[in-house]
Amino acid sequence: MTSTILQRVEDHRERRERRAEGSVTGVENWRLATDGDGFAWLVFDQARSSVNTISSTTLGELDRLLDEIEAEPPRALVIRSSKAHGFCAGGDIEAFAAIEDPQELADLLKRGHAVLDRLEGLALPTVAVIHGHCLGGGLELALACDQRIGLAGLQTGFPEVKIGLHPGLGGTFRATRTLDPVAAMTAMLTGKTIYGEKNRAIGLVADLVEPRHMHAAVAAAVGGQLSAKGHPWKRWALGLDPVRRLAAGRMRAMTRAKAPPEHYPAPYALIDLWQHQGQDTEQMRENESASFGKLLSTDTARNLIRVFSLRQKMKALGDEASGIRHVHVIGAGEMGADIAGWCALQGLRTSLSDMSPDPLGAAVRSTERLCRSEHRSSIETRDALDRLVPDLDNAGIAWADLIIEAVPESIEIKQKVYETVGKRMREDAILASNTSSIPLEALREHVTRPAQFAGLHFFNPVAKMLVVEVVRHDGTDATTVDALRAFCNRIGKLPVPVASYPGFLVNRALMPYLLEALVLLGEGVKQETVDQAALDFGMPMGPIELADQVGLDICLDVGRMLTASVAKPMPELPDWLERKVERGELGRKSGQGFYRWRQGKPQKEKGVPTPAGDITDRLMLPLLDACVECRREGVVDDPDLIDGALIFATGFAPFRGGPIHYARARGIEAIVGRLEGLAKAHGNRFEPDPGWAKL
Amino acid sequence: MHDRSDSTDKRGARRPVYLVDGARTPFIAARGEPGPFSPVDLAVQCGRPLLLRQPFGAEAIDLVILGCVNVPAEEMNPARIAALRLGLGADTPAFTVQINCGSGMQSIDTAFKYVRDGTAELVLAGGTEALSHAPLLVRQSAVRWLASLRKARSLRERAKTLAGFRPGYLEPVVGLARGLTDPVVDLNMGQTAEKLAFELGVPREEADRYAVASHIRLKRAQDEGWLHGEVMPAFARDGKVYEADDGVRPDTSVAKLATLKPAFERPYGQVTPGNSSQITDGASWVLVASEAALERHGLEPLAVIRDSSWSALDPSIMGLAPVLCATALMRRHELAMDAVDLWEINEAFAAQVLACLAVWDSEELSRELLGLEAPLGAPAQDRLNVDGGAISLGHPVGASGNRIVLHLARALQRLGGHRGIASECIGGGQGGAMLIERT
Repeated sequence: MTSTILQRVEDHRERRERRAEGSVTGVENWRLATDGDGFAWLVFDQARSSVNTISSTTLGELDRLLDEIEAEPPRALVIRSSKAHGFCAGGDIEAFAAIEDPQELADLLKRGHAVLDRLEGLALPTVAVIHGHCLGGGLELALACDQRIGLAGLQTGFPEVKIGLHPGLGGTFRATRTLDPVAAMTAMLTGKTIYGEKNRAIGLVADLVEPRHMHAAVAAAVGGQLSAKGHPWKRWALGLDPVRRLAAGRMRAMTRAKAPPEHYPAPYALIDLWQHQGQDTEQMRENESASFGKLLSTDTARNLIRVFSLRQKMKALGDEASGIRHVHVIGAGEMGADIAGWCALQGLRTSLSDMSPDPLGAAVRSTERLCRSEHRSSIETRDALDRLVPDLDNAGIAWADLIIEAVPESIEIKQKVYETVGKRMREDAILASNTSSIPLEALREHVTRPAQFAGLHFFNPVAKMLVVEVVRHDGTDATTVDALRAFCNRIGKLPVPVASYPGFLVNRALMPYLLEALVLLGEGVKQETVDQAALDFGMPMGPIELADQVGLDICLDVGRMLTASVAKPMPELPDWLERKVERGELGRKSGQGFYRWRQGKPQKEKGVPTPAGDITDRLMLPLLDACVECRREGVVDDPDLIDGALIFATGFAPFRGGPIHYARARGIEAIVGRLEGLAKAHGNRFEPDPGWAKL
Repeated sequence: MHDRSDSTDKRGARRPVYLVDGARTPFIAARGEPGPFSPVDLAVQCGRPLLLRQPFGAEAIDLVILGCVNVPAEEMNPARIAALRLGLGADTPAFTVQINCGSGMQSIDTAFKYVRDGTAELVLAGGTEALSHAPLLVRQSAVRWLASLRKARSLRERAKTLAGFRPGYLEPVVGLARGLTDPVVDLNMGQTAEKLAFELGVPREEADRYAVASHIRLKRAQDEGWLHGEVMPAFARDGKVYEADDGVRPDTSVAKLATLKPAFERPYGQVTPGNSSQITDGASWVLVASEAALERHGLEPLAVIRDSSWSALDPSIMGLAPVLCATALMRRHELAMDAVDLWEINEAFAAQVLACLAVWDSEELSRELLGLEAPLGAPAQDRLNVDGGAISLGHPVGASGNRIVLHLARALQRLGGHRGIASECIGGGQGGAMLIERT
């Protein structure tokens, strides 16, 4: 409804621009036009795709276009993208990952380097106009130009490290040579996005302008009136070997705190490349390619690329438009308030209701804080808060496309809410419950339209957790599930469609892991040792610390529910846990759980024994076994989704590619044998699930 | 005085105009620092729940009109900003109206005329004011000094200009005090009330008694839930919730008010903070609709808007203006005083309201000022401001005119009355009145 006129005006201008561009025979991913100033505009517009990627095809075509440009040199060459999404999303990862033969990869890299070198070596001024996302290989392409102009809203970055790699098309030396070297290394080591103005500060772009000033800025760059920040002193200092050695040492130490080298080799390889760089570009290129090839063959990179693909796959589950524009959340407790705040932040009109005004006020405050922690401007914050409508009268029900119930976990309370909702909700609206412990079957009978009823299980903290379980009961309509999946995607979350089951997938898989940790404590193992075992495996946090984070009262509730409703024997809930909860030792939120918490950090004892024996398997294998049970029970059919869910919801060691992938890599038989051994030694809770046979 | 309203004009088709619904924020007393909401924030706070409970979407609204007197520099044309922030389409026009204390009623009157003439079907008309945000201003003399400093070219010139600095330049002008002072007669609004009390012979004690009643009436309305649905809670960013008009002091008494010192004319004056309206922040909206809009969206109107009237007189007795415009309405519609079931006369000052009543009671003044053979007689106390007014709940100047029309419509519904007039005096020597009937 809004800005349709603006949209038409912009479309009209784009069509006008498009008419001026010509196509080149045999080239389908680029267009070329020469303007009145004699500048050649090379427009990157990958066919049949909403984004541009760097691949052997797109680079090959660029190579052919460079022939034309060299044959009839323009005054200057400008490269830009016509995709709304941005300049370039990066390299075609899946195509790279599919290459098994190291020689084939080496050749491919060599050809890629040759194109970029040729671009860099052109005798005429070259300018890349970059906008939106300009990542990985795309950024490397831009770095091969003499200058870069950024358009407002620019986001650049080298995300390679997140998939166990470092840049492979000259980025490792071009970035450190062109930008502030420390900023360049930080970007490549962390994979973090560089937003807007920061790109100017680190010397990545010579100017950052609104799109309407693109032509003038390009002319200024070509005319020599613009130059990027040079950072000459920093470059001079870091050109000295001892200084670089010192800096590299610090980088290693800082990286180690986040990513141990035995699990994540890429950042260390990158630091080595940089520290030992010579003045010889040829040598640096060879070193980079060799290192890149080596990394690509590691399990870590293969598994992290798999994680990347899983994410794409989960995103694609919600690819269609959800049709959900107004969300009504009932219950402004912690979860309800956070869900509503998140939806408002993501641009949806959201009403939030509660019986009394104070929790609604608290929700407004927490949403304001959320905006701040998400680095939103004061205008964006105002708009998000405007979209979040406190609604004491539940008037939003009548408007909502989706109603999310997040009231306390009691069938009676929920039943009352559903009665109110049933009377006032639109006929085509969806009702979803955020319950984590009440079976949907028990709630369904109180709902007016069961086909439009499902679970929508968010994790705490809502802002940080990527996964939302979309829970269907046996009467949920497929269209309802589809709309909810799309809704998850719309609010930047990854949907995991699951069937109703005690604990659904994620809590079902986590609970035996948490409970076994308690059993280990009962056996006298130090809590720091138990957590260390999980950390060594690659979990982001040990089970004891996780229990403290989640809250021991909640763990106790979910543990009781699962122990009572799952057929499989579970570790017994220790009596002392109940007493701990009664004493008010609830974990992080009360300042004392298993650990004492100070300023959001657990105080851990140093110098405890390192984990030994079967501790790691005792923690991890029941988690794997529960995943297999969920698959056998049809909670989730696709093992990839199980892997994705556990990685994105629990942080399950990403470099291991997910629980099922890990089990397969280690060998199903080996795992089953190990479980049988553990069952003999520690009890029948380790009995392998019958589902292993079908994996 | 002439009635300048064009309502007797017989040009064009006249369509009935309805007041459908409305909501306001609590009126929040200023506490010596900027309150949590800007004028547009306030309008958004009560506009959201109002729109949320309608059966129609924001796109059904043709036009937004908002009254606002003190428009902050960040919120020029607050009507448009409020409309966009409320999610109304970019294609919905919105404008702001300003006639001081009448602005909130001016917006309804403008909407009334647009709908009556057939140029709009559904209009959102409101008023907003954040008096606690009134700015501190730099003195004009200081501005001139700064400008000459900027223009000074040579070092000598600059030194000379610098030497011309006077410490008084640093003294800020309180925008609110300036805004509440009539620049033509150079009287503060409180002083105009002093003048009225003197001219019409309103004793201080009577004004104090009136003020006490205002507090008791508002408190009763709050306790009985009569404001439910009219006053919507406002939610500040820091999590604080404003649920009710917070200036109400039900424990006040004539004896207590008697101890207060005059606020405007010391030491002999009689207008005190206790018998004046309070400085507050607040906003109010009503929805004005044509018959076609009622049918299209299945709306139940609260009231039908019959007519409006504006009057003007000597600025130094601005408080008397309601008598002129309200009487004009009654004459035009041939109404005796008992034909009007409920009255809202904005309580700018207790003495000012009582002065108005005195005119209606006075045979001599009724004849000379109003041209009436016999006086209309003042409205009975149980028909006037039955649920309190600006003395107890405050007077966010741009919002008050809107609030009294909204509350009048709701009070008519509650009490079963048929006809009501809402009227306010307007700084600068004007008055506005609106005649509505329960449907």
